[in-house]
Amino acid sequence: MEAVFAVVVGIFFAFAIYLMLSKHTIRILLGVAIMGNAVNLLLFASGRITKEVPPIIPPAGDILGAGAANPLPQALILTAIVISFSFFAFLLVLAYRAYQDLNTDNTDEMRLAEPEDQPLPPLGY
Amino acid sequence: MAAATSLPEAELAKALVMEPVEPSHWLIILPIAWCIMFGAVLIALRKSTDRQPLIALPGLGGLVLMTGLLLKVVVDNGPITMTMGRWLPPFGIAFTVDIMGALFAFAGAIAALAAGIYALKEVDSSSRRYGFYPFLLLMMAGVTGAFLTGDIFNLYVWFEVLLIASFGLLILGSEHEQIDGAMKYAILNLMGTTLFLIATGYLYSIFGTLNMADIAVRSKEMTDAAPLMTLASLYLLAFAMKAAAFPVNFWLPASYHTPRVAVAGVFAGLLTKVGVYALIRTLIMLLPAGHRELGFVLELVAASTMIVGVLGALAQNDARRMFGYLVISGIGVMLAGIALGTQDALSGAVFYALHSMIAMLAIYLLGGVANKLSGTHELSWMGGLYGKSPLSAVFALAIFFSIAGLPPFSGFWPKVMLVKASFESQDWWLAGTILLTGFLTTITLGRFFALAWWRPGLAGQAGETLPAKMDTSAMIAVAALVVVITGFGVLPNGLMALTDKAAEGVLNPAAYIQSVFPEGAPEQ
Amino acid sequence: MNTLIFRTMAPYLTALMVLFSVFVLLRGHNMPGGGFIGGLIAASAFAIQGIAGGVAAVRRALWFHPMAISAAGLFFAGFAGLMSIPFEVPFMTALWVFPKFFGTEVALSTPLLFDIGVYLVVTGSITSIALALEEREDL
Repeated sequence: MEAVFAVVVGIFFAFAIYLMLSKHTIRILLGVAIMGNAVNLLLFASGRITKEVPPIIPPAGDILGAGAANPLPQALILTAIVISFSFFAFLLVLAYRAYQDLNTDNTDEMRLAEPEDQPLPPLGY
Repeated sequence: MAAATSLPEAELAKALVMEPVEPSHWLIILPIAWCIMFGAVLIALRKSTDRQPLIALPGLGGLVLMTGLLLKVVVDNGPITMTMGRWLPPFGIAFTVDIMGALFAFAGAIAALAAGIYALKEVDSSSRRYGFYPFLLLMMAGVTGAFLTGDIFNLYVWFEVLLIASFGLLILGSEHEQIDGAMKYAILNLMGTTLFLIATGYLYSIFGTLNMADIAVRSKEMTDAAPLMTLASLYLLAFAMKAAAFPVNFWLPASYHTPRVAVAGVFAGLLTKVGVYALIRTLIMLLPAGHRELGFVLELVAASTMIVGVLGALAQNDARRMFGYLVISGIGVMLAGIALGTQDALSGAVFYALHSMIAMLAIYLLGGVANKLSGTHELSWMGGLYGKSPLSAVFALAIFFSIAGLPPFSGFWPKVMLVKASFESQDWWLAGTILLTGFLTTITLGRFFALAWWRPGLAGQAGETLPAKMDTSAMIAVAALVVVITGFGVLPNGLMALTDKAAEGVLNPAAYIQSVFPEGAPEQ
Repeated sequence: MNTLIFRTMAPYLTALMVLFSVFVLLRGHNMPGGGFIGGLIAASAFAIQGIAGGVAAVRRALWFHPMAISAAGLFFAGFAGLMSIPFEVPFMTALWVFPKFFGTEVALSTPLLFDIGVYLVVTGSITSIALALEEREDL
């Protein structure tokens, strides 16, 4: 199973990096979203993949049943999902604002903060 | 405790903290919880802009007080640990504070308080309504949390907390430039933290634990160096990106000149240093084997960061962008200390980081003062500031000397320590680069001083009609920072002894591990 | 999205979703559910109402500004952690009380308070982002 996951994670990263190399913000954002999922899968695989027993303590007992999955990577993924979700929401708003205010979604044309024709500092008084 | 009551007490003691918490240990978590609570109250009160500073400044003052007390406790008693929700490490999340973490947290709190005072008049009420003070407090929660946590995944969470608060601060005015800068800042920093998360995933699959003390124990026992190399390189890339080291530094000059001066100053003072702190923690304390292998790469990165930073600063006409490049150059100096990795070098790096937190904030605030007096940020238009405000010239000289590393200010001593350490390690060229960077920085800042303060005011200049009066709150903030810089320049011995201890604690984390596992580390 | 069917159904759907979100929040301690997912359901409920009936109506109906809801949640979550100070147990330790209301034992705890805090934070922040995005569409 781990091998399959490794390949899937690799494909996800490839897609994400390809999209992020684009000039257009919306594609970069899609790349960021896919990258978040790639990392989540990676975390999942790093906790070793076991039988399909969810790590939930039954009402009668105090400890996990035998063969239960490792709960820690799942907790990590949950946290990572929450964080990447909120970041993605923020980035969407930001990109939309940038598109409205700067009239472009092409990152090459976003030169407001760093204008191309900025002069050099004066050499004398 | 409904779920656990069916177990006998003796069994519970293996998994839970049973003794009552020592009152002084609350200082570990209180600064963070304090910032979050104040941030929450301030968000709720964001409409009453007049009352916000009245709540925020006591909040930041309390933060300084608590982190100062924490530093005292740690210096007196050694590293201390608190485990969240009673679950013992390595399963529970532990917050462990050693001298390095406490020093960084204390310096960060002072910087935040100074920025808060400076912002009293500087940040207008519309920016306050968009949440300057709430975001500042929440960012301080993230920064302090990152310095105090003892769990590597928790460190990631605090990185994200400070990052999302910094987004809010960055786009306070919603100006076009700010949105442009924020796009680049947001996406590249998100990449950096994602790399951090990837590295943490690998780390978990190798060690099976996320507790830093536990990792430090296990990585020493590990004989196979290849996985450690992968981890160290990934962490180096991730944190170099956060610290803005060459060649992943380009987001910093693209964004740091767009927000309000107080915001840019806090960013320059704190955020990049969180990256440096994380580099010291991961490379030196957790993965010393990886650090040994990467030593030369780190030296190259450090040298090129210093040179690229200061050359960039020389070429800028906008004062704020010049400061941004100076921040990068300073990061290079700290990286040189991390690259050498000896106790003296690390002590110098920590000292330099603490100095840089204060000095970089001070130079941004000074830039704000200069802008207020002259009406521009551009070097070609500034002039006549000495005539308008001689006091600002005094502050400027102190800050510039300190950043260039000239005595008797705080930047001098860490550079001496670093140059000495690199001579001891036979790294002549690294010592030469540090000295060359200092020389070029002196030229950059000397030119700035000559143009903006010495040069007589230009005819038809934008600031000619501006009143020559500064806000008292702004001047008080700058003056306080100058006092700190001068104080540690004249009397560096106390701080030097502390940074020596901090470096020793990172190189030999026995006390750190002892504080997390009083009865020895658990078996694998 | 301004169809008659959608506009007629949206208030019922919203009410049902908010109710369901509270249910998901409360069952979350020992079963799948919890504050984050509950908050997301509540936020999507407000987003749906915003699409159907306009953002202004949702803001009026919410009474509090979404960011204020977030702030309250953050405060509750922090407070839930700090409750452990008087009991001399570490930060965030779960503390339980079992009071009886009309003969029924109700389990109240700091994790519940924390989860309510998370619920409010998520509801508030996601609602404010969603409403901000929808507001722009109206222009």
